[in-house]
Parts: sequence; C-alpha cells; structure tokens
Amino acid sequence: MQQKITLTVNGKERTVTTDPNRPLLDVLREDLGLMGPKFGCGERQCGACTVLLNGRATYSCATKISSAKGRKIETIESLMEGDKLHPLQEAFLAENAFQCGYCTSGMIMNAVALLREKPNADTEEIREAMDRNTCRCGTYTRIMKAVESVAKAGVMGGKK
Amino acid sequence: MPSVGKSVPHDAALGHVTGQAPYLDDLRPLAGELIVGFVGSPVAAGELLGIDFAAAQAVPGVIACFTAADVPGRNMFGVITHDEPFLADGKLLYRGQPVVLIAAENAAALERARKLVCIEYRESTPILDVEESIRQKKFIGPLRRIARGDVNTTLAEAPHRLRGTFTSGGQEQFYLESQAAIAYPGEQGQIVVHSSTQNPTEIQALVAEMLGVGQHEVVCICKRMGGAFGGKESQAAIPAMMAALVASKTGRSARVIYNKDDDMRVTGKRHAYLSKWEVGFDDNGRIAALRVAYYSNGGISTDLSLAVMERTLLHTDNCYFLPVVELTGQVCFTNLPSNTAFRGFGGPQAMVVIENILQAIAEHRGLDAFDVRMRNLYGVGERNVTPYGQLFDRNHLPEIYATLAARSHYRTRRQEVTTFNRESRTHIRGLAMTGVKFGISFTTKFLNQGNALIHVYTDGTVQVSTGATEMGQGVNVKIRQLVADEFGIDVGRVMLMPTSTEKNINTSPTAASAGTDLNGAAAVKACREIKRRLRQFAAGRLADAAAGLTPSASHIQFREGHVRDSRRPQQRIEFGQLCAEARRERVDLGARGFYATPGVDFNRETGQGTPFFYFTQGAAVAEVLIDRFTGELSVPRVDLLIDIGRSLNPGVDHGQITGGFIQGMGWVTTEALIYDAKGELLSHSPTTYKIPAITDVPPIFNVATFENNDNTRNVYRSKAVGEPPLMLGIAVWAAARNALAYFSHEASTALRLPATGEELLRCITLGETELQQSLESVEAARSAGGIIATK
Repeated sequence: MQQKITLTVNGKERTVTTDPNRPLLDVLREDLGLMGPKFGCGERQCGACTVLLNGRATYSCATKISSAKGRKIETIESLMEGDKLHPLQEAFLAENAFQCGYCTSGMIMNAVALLREKPNADTEEIREAMDRNTCRCGTYTRIMKAVESVAKAGVMGGKK
Repeated sequence: MPSVGKSVPHDAALGHVTGQAPYLDDLRPLAGELIVGFVGSPVAAGELLGIDFAAAQAVPGVIACFTAADVPGRNMFGVITHDEPFLADGKLLYRGQPVVLIAAENAAALERARKLVCIEYRESTPILDVEESIRQKKFIGPLRRIARGDVNTTLAEAPHRLRGTFTSGGQEQFYLESQAAIAYPGEQGQIVVHSSTQNPTEIQALVAEMLGVGQHEVVCICKRMGGAFGGKESQAAIPAMMAALVASKTGRSARVIYNKDDDMRVTGKRHAYLSKWEVGFDDNGRIAALRVAYYSNGGISTDLSLAVMERTLLHTDNCYFLPVVELTGQVCFTNLPSNTAFRGFGGPQAMVVIENILQAIAEHRGLDAFDVRMRNLYGVGERNVTPYGQLFDRNHLPEIYATLAARSHYRTRRQEVTTFNRESRTHIRGLAMTGVKFGISFTTKFLNQGNALIHVYTDGTVQVSTGATEMGQGVNVKIRQLVADEFGIDVGRVMLMPTSTEKNINTSPTAASAGTDLNGAAAVKACREIKRRLRQFAAGRLADAAAGLTPSASHIQFREGHVRDSRRPQQRIEFGQLCAEARRERVDLGARGFYATPGVDFNRETGQGTPFFYFTQGAAVAEVLIDRFTGELSVPRVDLLIDIGRSLNPGVDHGQITGGFIQGMGWVTTEALIYDAKGELLSHSPTTYKIPAITDVPPIFNVATFENNDNTRNVYRSKAVGEPPLMLGIAVWAAARNALAYFSHEASTALRLPATGEELLRCITLGETELQQSLESVEAARSAGGIIATK
C-alpha cells in the first residue's frame, strides 16, 4: 500500500508516495537523491546510515519512513552553509579522520547530534556517543581528536 | 616546495566529509537498469538435481532468471587455477553458493521472486573443518615445504623440547561497503563493468572468459572502495560476473549490491589454521630447531590459498633466527566459501605461532618472554639468513626492540603487573612485546610489476592513471605527491584518475602492501621520460647565446612550478607555459612508465630464493586486563614502534599503523566466526560478529615510527605500510597468554585465537580446575597427616 508521507528534509518540506514500511535510508537515497547516508549493515550496528531525526542521531536503514512522517530529517548534505564547511567537517578534514570514508558521513552526523546537545562534551561523553558507529579502517583515535577539538573550541555553543 | 614527506590530506578528503565522494551504489541508475540478486544453495554439500524458477520469473517486474546453463563462456573461474564455479553446476559446494540469478526492475519484485525459486537437491555430509579434511585427505594443491638442517637430530639433542597444537580462527574483512558491481553493455557485445575491486585486470579477464569474448571487449573501472582489506582482491569477481552476465543477456544496465549478511555468508575470509609445532631450545630459551606443520581451511577452491600458505611458511621466522627448521603447509578443502586474502595474507597466522612458541619457552624456563625474544632475534652480520635462504640485511629489529622496551617501561611495568596479579582477586593483567618483520613483494614473481600513464596538459596540470586502486589506504595521494615532486609543481595540479583497464593494462591487484611501491615507481618513471623530453626543449628555450649560456639539458631543473637552467635560475619559465610551448614544438607530453621490482625470485619447489625486496619491521608492547569471573578483556595501554623507511605521507602512514593494529587486535580478541554443524555461518552480521569499536581503543596508545634512511631500493626510500601493522596486534594476544600464565600453566597453554571473553573464561576455568585439584590433594594429604611436595 502506497502512502503519501510528508517530512522535512534538510529544511525543505518533501512529500513522497511510497510503501510506509520502506527504510528512511532508501527514501533519502532513491527518492530524494541524497547519497551522503550509506547502507552499511542494515541492522542498527555500523551507523553508516546515520541521519538526524528531530535532532537525534538515528539509524536510517532500520527506521521506517512512516515513523519519519511530519518530522525533521537532517543529512550530511545539510551541513555546509554555502561554501563553508560545518566545524565538524572542518575538524574531520583537519585530523584526516577517515580512510575509506564510508563511515564518515554517519560519524559526522552522530557527532553533530552529540555536540548540539552537549557542545562541550568531554572525552568520555564523546567516546560513549561515538560508540554507536563503527569504522573498520580503525580511524577511531582521529575521530576522537576531531570531535574533541570542536567540543573544546565550543563553536557549537556552550563555553568557548 | 616538495610535497613528499608531508601529511597531504587524503585524495577524497573533502568528498568524504561532505558525503559527496561516490561509492558504487551512489552512482545513479541508468535508464532501465536492473537490480540483480541471487538464490543460493540451501546446503553446504550435495547434488543439484533441479532448479525451478518459473514462478519467480512470472513475478511482475522480474525480467529474467539465469543459471549456469546460461553462461555463454566459461563457468569455472579462479585467480590462477580455475576450479570454482561462478554459478552452481551439478554440485552444491557451500551454503549460499549462488545458484540462480534474478534480474528485476525493482527491489520488491526481486525479493518476492527470491522466495519462489525451488532448488531440488540431494544433501551429503559436508567437510567443515581442517581436522575432517585431514582425515579424508581432501586437500587443495600440493604440500609445500621450506627446510634447513637436520631437524630430527637437532630436536633430539636439544636440552629442552616442547610441542603443541595451535589454532587460529578466521576473520571477516567487514569492509563497510559490501561487494558491489554495475555492468552495462556497450556496442557489439562490449561490456563496461564498474566494480568495487582491488583487481580490475582480473575482473576484466574473468568477465571476458565467462562471456566468451575477448579481453579487449571488456572494460573494468574502479574509482574507490569503501574498504577492502584483501576481501576484494579476488572475491569481487562473482558479483562483477553476475552484473556482466545480466547486462550481456538483457542489454540493460545491471546492478549487484550484496547486503551485509549475504556478503558475510557467501564470501571468503581470512583462513583459519591448525598448526602442529615442536621446538628444541637451550637453557636460555634460544631456539635450536623448530618444526611446524600448517593446515589452513581453504574452503571450496584454490582462490589465493596457496599464495597465502606460501606467505605463512615465509613468515614463521618472523623476527627470529631459526638455525634448523622444517615447515610444511597444506591447504585443506572444506565446504565453506573459498577463503581468501585478508591484510597480512597468511603472515599473521605464522607470526602468532612463533610468538606463541616464544611465550611457551619463556614460561617453561621461568624466563621473561622479552628476554627470550631478544635472544632469538635475527642478528646483524650473523644469524641473518632466513629459512628460505634470503639474507636479512638492514636489520633494525635489535634497536627497535630495545628502544620500545625502554620507551614503554617494559621492565618497570613487568614488576607492576606481577605485583598486581599477586594482590588482585578479581582481575589479572598481562604484558607482552611481539614483533613484525614483513616481507614486501608478491611471492608470485610476475605480479611484481606496475604501469602508469601520465598526461601533462598545456596548462601544466597532470592526470595520472595507474593500476592501483584506492580503498582508503591513501595510494592516490601518495602517487600524486610523487608526481608533483617530479615535476616540481603543486600537488593540487595533479589528479589521480579512476582505475580503468582502458588506461592501464595487465596490472597486479592492489595488494601485498605494494600498491605505492609498484605504481608509484612506475609513475615516477613515466614522469622522468616526459621530463627528459621537456629538458631537451627547455635547454634550447632557456639558452642565451648572447650571455654565453649554451643549451644544456642536464642543467634544467623543475622547481616551484617553474622550469629553469641551474646556471641562471632567475630566468625561469612557468611549468604550464613551457608545456604549452613544448606542444607547439611537437614535444610529446604523455608517457607510460613500467616498473618491475628488481631481484626478487623464489623457487617454491625448493623453498629457496629471495622472495622479498625488503622488510618492514616493527614491534608492539601491549598490556591487557582480564576479569577473572567474566573473561572480559580490555587493553589499557599499547606502544608501537615501526620502521616504514622515509614516509611519503606521515599522516596517511600513521593512520595505516593505528588502523592496522586495531584490526589485528580484533582478529586476536573479539572476532569469532561461529558455524553450525551444517556449515551455516551463525555470526553473519555485526550483531553477532564483534569488530573493534571506538571504546575498544587502548586509552594509552603510543604510535611512533623508527626514522631511517636506508631503504635505498624503494621509491623515494619509503617502505610499504599497509599490512605490517595488523600483525602488531598479536601483542594483545601474547599479553593475554601472559596474563593466563600468572594464573596457571594449563590456562596459558590452552589459549586459542581469538582470545574472546568465552575463550579466556574457558582457560581460566581449566586453571581453576587444576588449582582446585591441587588444593584438594593438599587437603587430602593434610588430613592423612602426610607431607606433599609443592611445585
């Protein structure tokens, strides 16, 4: 059964006609052409598909599109302001916090959710939050450094 | 300003942080593109009696179903030995083995159709482990042997002897981007295949054979992989052939994207090994003779298993001199997906055996394993010939071991660990240093070649194409740096093009850590050819008869984006301007470079030769903390020191070292492949297969490189870095064994790999049984009024 579902994606209201059981990830990629979020494991484990759903880091591979109805979705594509990278993108770039890059968009979105909520998150809070994403290349020490640098700079709010 | 030696960001850095660097499945579908899936064998062994896909084919949206009968060319394929069926034909060999391909217009139709395929079969008993294949003598390839001296006599005469059986488990590559391919037809039967592969040349050849067309009718392209780790060296082939067959048969673009569960179920992994060993040594723990018989779990076909076993035999020595030695290796047939390459390629399975033996010797003699290792290290100027007859020169190991022991405060921490273990009733700690000496080169000689195509445009920008494939390891940026420095231009003016068989032919897989060595060296050679021509031209252009400056090509320099005559450097021409002028004078600004590693050769019949161009060397000290009641292991501190020569890109190399170590740590601790009695992989998803997470990274993690300048053989004096750090992870396993040794000898001897929580608890329980028994005997003796000797 196809349904009309309206949601806000990266600040724009979008309406899709689709099977309500389809994963949010598939709708973002196939219907809306947003290729930033990736399919990794399909089982809420690796986090390559991470997007923000009403500000919370969410595994879009295992989230039905129906449960995104009327909600606010943010993907990696929303982060840049014009030509300007988001501070977390800058930090991942500065720390070279990726190798193959497949996990990167999910990692960054997860970090965005964390630092919006806790702009000065400490090392333990960062480690705990980033544990929901995996990087098989093992770039974890750099991912930590990248997120920590933004948290320390306080550029996402909180103390500078 | 030279870029080599600087931490230039990864080639696709901006693309990765913005999510705009496309992987295969990010490519938009072409009009009419089909999604291809398959139905696999329901059993691990049996006869294929019939396939009924009529109902599947009738599903609206399903365009076609294909079986082995539809393969126009050769259904059997393989890396060298063509002993694996692409689609099941007559026999069912492993669970999930592709039997029927379904091509559909949408995912829903494909899913419906998959459930409607009926496979008729007669099941037989599968062989699932090495022990059973040894019993049935079901082997793949010949027994390989490397030997030196009289092992029987030396073992018999040795003051001490130990023997044992060691098992190490397999490992799933777990690249986040699963196997993927897109194929579309060109004109007159030609096929273009985009594949997530480490080996486009092999995909091209296998697709051509399968379709029964010439290699010149197939183009294979790979832009990047979302991880590979060896898993896409040979095993990208089946999905690529699936896409190509559908594209060829239907005339439409075809896309194959494995999901994670299917990928884990049906693709090969690191080989599990069974290793029987016997060692003779003196009072100080110095090895006199060693014998190891290796058996690897090969799966259903040869794939890369013989080469993996060869590397095992060539790495049993690791960092240690073995005066008298006999090593044999046999690949075993099992009804599992053919096991394959995984970073380290048989090296880890060998190194962990010798490192385990050194731990055993130390425990047996009551010595610190570090001292035993130092006594067995390869010497400088003596004790420096490997079991296969290669001289190990430029040996940095003694200095690396000593330096790392000092930096990691090994001795002090040994005291602390011993004290802690005496006092703690809840946890045990362990500490160990292990080393790595990893031979660089393919042991199959012909693969040690690379070619590169360099195009210089009239604005002075450069396109580079090589056979190297980018999987995150940074080969593209390293080659860009080399090319930029050759022409003396900014690295931003050099672009690495997608790897394509149209540009680079007969290439080797990007593997054996040699991607930059081979392709970078070829690129440098091509640059030098173009520079030779440009020098001729520039010599005339910069000559000045009035000033007495005669044309001299040997004085022409390429520096800072300009070309100049060193005798009058201020009179320089911008590189692009010179290129534009050179073209107008009909100077060729394109070249192809070819590089073949000199001097490498290995005779696998005699087990002797010089298989390696040089060795990457290093060591690791790891400390573990184990909960005595749950077996849970954590790694509070790790120190690494590794010799990678003169690093082309310290940022990239540092990432390889750290990441490789973490992957190795996963292999030796948490990554357990569990199969049921029918050959079904139970740990087929990240919910049941545990790879290291961010919380597993050691809180203290010191990574350093051992600076040196003496690898004059290799491009810009660099050393390969891809695989060696993985084997530094073995230190974590050795530390776990060391922890158990504090508990009981029985516990430490029993430890297998991986040292999962369950495995550690099993060993601890063994130790407790032993402890319990001895306590009971003490009690018994006491109550009987007797005196008992204590150990």
